[in-house]
Amino acid sequence: MHISDLGGQNKKRLNYKIAQHRTYNLKKGDNMTNEINKKQEQTQEKMQQLEYQNKVDNITPKPPLFKNICWAFVVGGLICILGQLIADYFEGLGLSKKDASAYATAILVFLGSFFTGLGLYDDLGKRAGAGSIVPITGFANSIVAPAMEFKREGYVFGVGAKMFVIAGPVLVYGMVTAFIIGLIYWIRQ
Amino acid sequence: MNKKQGMQSVVFANPPIITSTANIVGPMEGEGLLQGYFDYIMPDNLNGLASWEQCESYLMEYAIKKAVAKENSEMEDIDCVFAGDLLNQLMSTHFAMKNLKRPFLGLYGACSTMVEGMLLSAILLDGGFFNKIVAAASSHHDAAERQYRFPNELGVQRPPGAQWTVTGSGAVVVSKLGNGPRITTATIGKVVDYGIKDPNAMGPAMAPAAVDTIWQHLQDTERVPTYYDMIFTGDLGSVGRDLVIQLLQEKGVDISANYQDCGCMIYSEEQDAHAGASGCASSAIVLCGFIYKRLMTSKLKKILFLGTGSLHSTTSYQQKESIPCIAHAVSIEM
Amino acid sequence: MVFVVGGGLCVIGQLLMDLTALTPAHVLVLFVVLGGVLSGLGLYQPLVDIAGAGATVPLLGFGHALVTGTIEDINNFGFLGIFSGALKATATGIMAAVVFGFFMAVLFNPKGKGG
Repeated sequence: MHISDLGGQNKKRLNYKIAQHRTYNLKKGDNMTNEINKKQEQTQEKMQQLEYQNKVDNITPKPPLFKNICWAFVVGGLICILGQLIADYFEGLGLSKKDASAYATAILVFLGSFFTGLGLYDDLGKRAGAGSIVPITGFANSIVAPAMEFKREGYVFGVGAKMFVIAGPVLVYGMVTAFIIGLIYWIRQ
Repeated sequence: MNKKQGMQSVVFANPPIITSTANIVGPMEGEGLLQGYFDYIMPDNLNGLASWEQCESYLMEYAIKKAVAKENSEMEDIDCVFAGDLLNQLMSTHFAMKNLKRPFLGLYGACSTMVEGMLLSAILLDGGFFNKIVAAASSHHDAAERQYRFPNELGVQRPPGAQWTVTGSGAVVVSKLGNGPRITTATIGKVVDYGIKDPNAMGPAMAPAAVDTIWQHLQDTERVPTYYDMIFTGDLGSVGRDLVIQLLQEKGVDISANYQDCGCMIYSEEQDAHAGASGCASSAIVLCGFIYKRLMTSKLKKILFLGTGSLHSTTSYQQKESIPCIAHAVSIEM
Repeated sequence: MVFVVGGGLCVIGQLLMDLTALTPAHVLVLFVVLGGVLSGLGLYQPLVDIAGAGATVPLLGFGHALVTGTIEDINNFGFLGIFSGALKATATGIMAAVVFGFFMAVLFNPKGKGG
């Protein structure tokens, strides 16, 4: 092989490398413009979505806030008064404050469950909203409603499992909160 | 001959005929605005059956049998059935079809299922494959509510923009020969998603899909809205209806004079259904009763009928995805 | 006072549901956690002293009971109290909810809303 041939081969290799590099840079550039275009498209889409959401918000009727608040206040307050009356009654029988309050809780839970069973609690909830959701009777409602409705799926996967679709998260996060606060309290002690 | 016209539409060479329709509803729909336009009103939402899902199967079976009986045909005359509902894996439809024992293709287009079935029927009939096809759709308020939202006995408030899922079913018999209004064109919709995530805002989620299909239909067929006596959408409710009018106005098309949504035609104000009706049966029961009678008596001659479907699932909603929607259209002319 | 505090807490829940995208389930969870945290900061007990059932019947009271039970048991039994206190204090409510819930579900059938 002649030396000049070697040079020629090297030259070829060099040219090839330069060409490769160019196409690489070109591709890189393409990718960059593509990315920019994509980002522009995405922001445009987001803008369009925001604009549409605004239109929807303008046209969608708002909940009757004042009426809802009044109902929630009165019904929520009355349920609490009922709880207080029951607790007072049991305290009057000579029970400790703690035990009387436990009785009140149990009885309210029973009432919430019972009226859900009768199909009346959801009628109350339609008007009272949070007034019948936030008290402990609402917690009972959230247990009975799915349990009853999923009875057709059997007693294990229906009643047993679905009972906790809403109450489950409440228990989980309640317990986790109690654990964390207990832990902090124990460390600081 | 190519029957496709424009981007998404077909024009039928031998427009198939809607020879018969039938519908059935629950008690609440029966007390609503369209009293007297239903073949059967159930006394309650169970109708003596063991579950709401079974009741929905019954609804569909009834509607199909009734529609076939009304035009003096036998079930054996039906070459194929297109049907669907809202429940997971088309539960209600499949149990109804088990009893009917006819060749069957299940469709899921959510609340656009009725129109999806009609346009497929028309295509197969015009293509000369079959002579008689049934298209049907059903929904059941309590069955849908417990699948998509909350248990029925849970004491929650529905926001004022929410819609009420219709309990009912409608079926149409589409034939190659016979008397009745004809399906002349069809426009197949695209999935449209404007980023709405609230499952209580079905109307606003679906409105852009309806607008997309109406717009495309007018483009493809080179028609103006006034070509039709009425344009109907399936179940957008009052909020969605207003949005459709507004969005089309922005595109320079005014349909406010001859447009109505089936979801606004079922319940009266006092029934507390909030923004109107929704569900597969919303468009189905209105078409198979009120609209069909109007067509047969020539009070309406040309209509554009759209089915609008929101294609979300409980999983997609819980994973915070937005609601993809679709709308299909058929034009029906007497 | 029972009425005002109980009703007031419900109004907060109503505002959360109407003005934000929170569902009732979110509000319940939020209230239990909030009750627990306020109790841990020593802010909820005064409310219970003033309002009685007005503060214990709303679900915040359930969070409060979980936390006070935990702290009480830590005081009595040390570290183990972190695990034993919460459920001990709320056992009546939870047992009642599950047992009554079960029997009601067996006894009654859902009515549905279309009829």
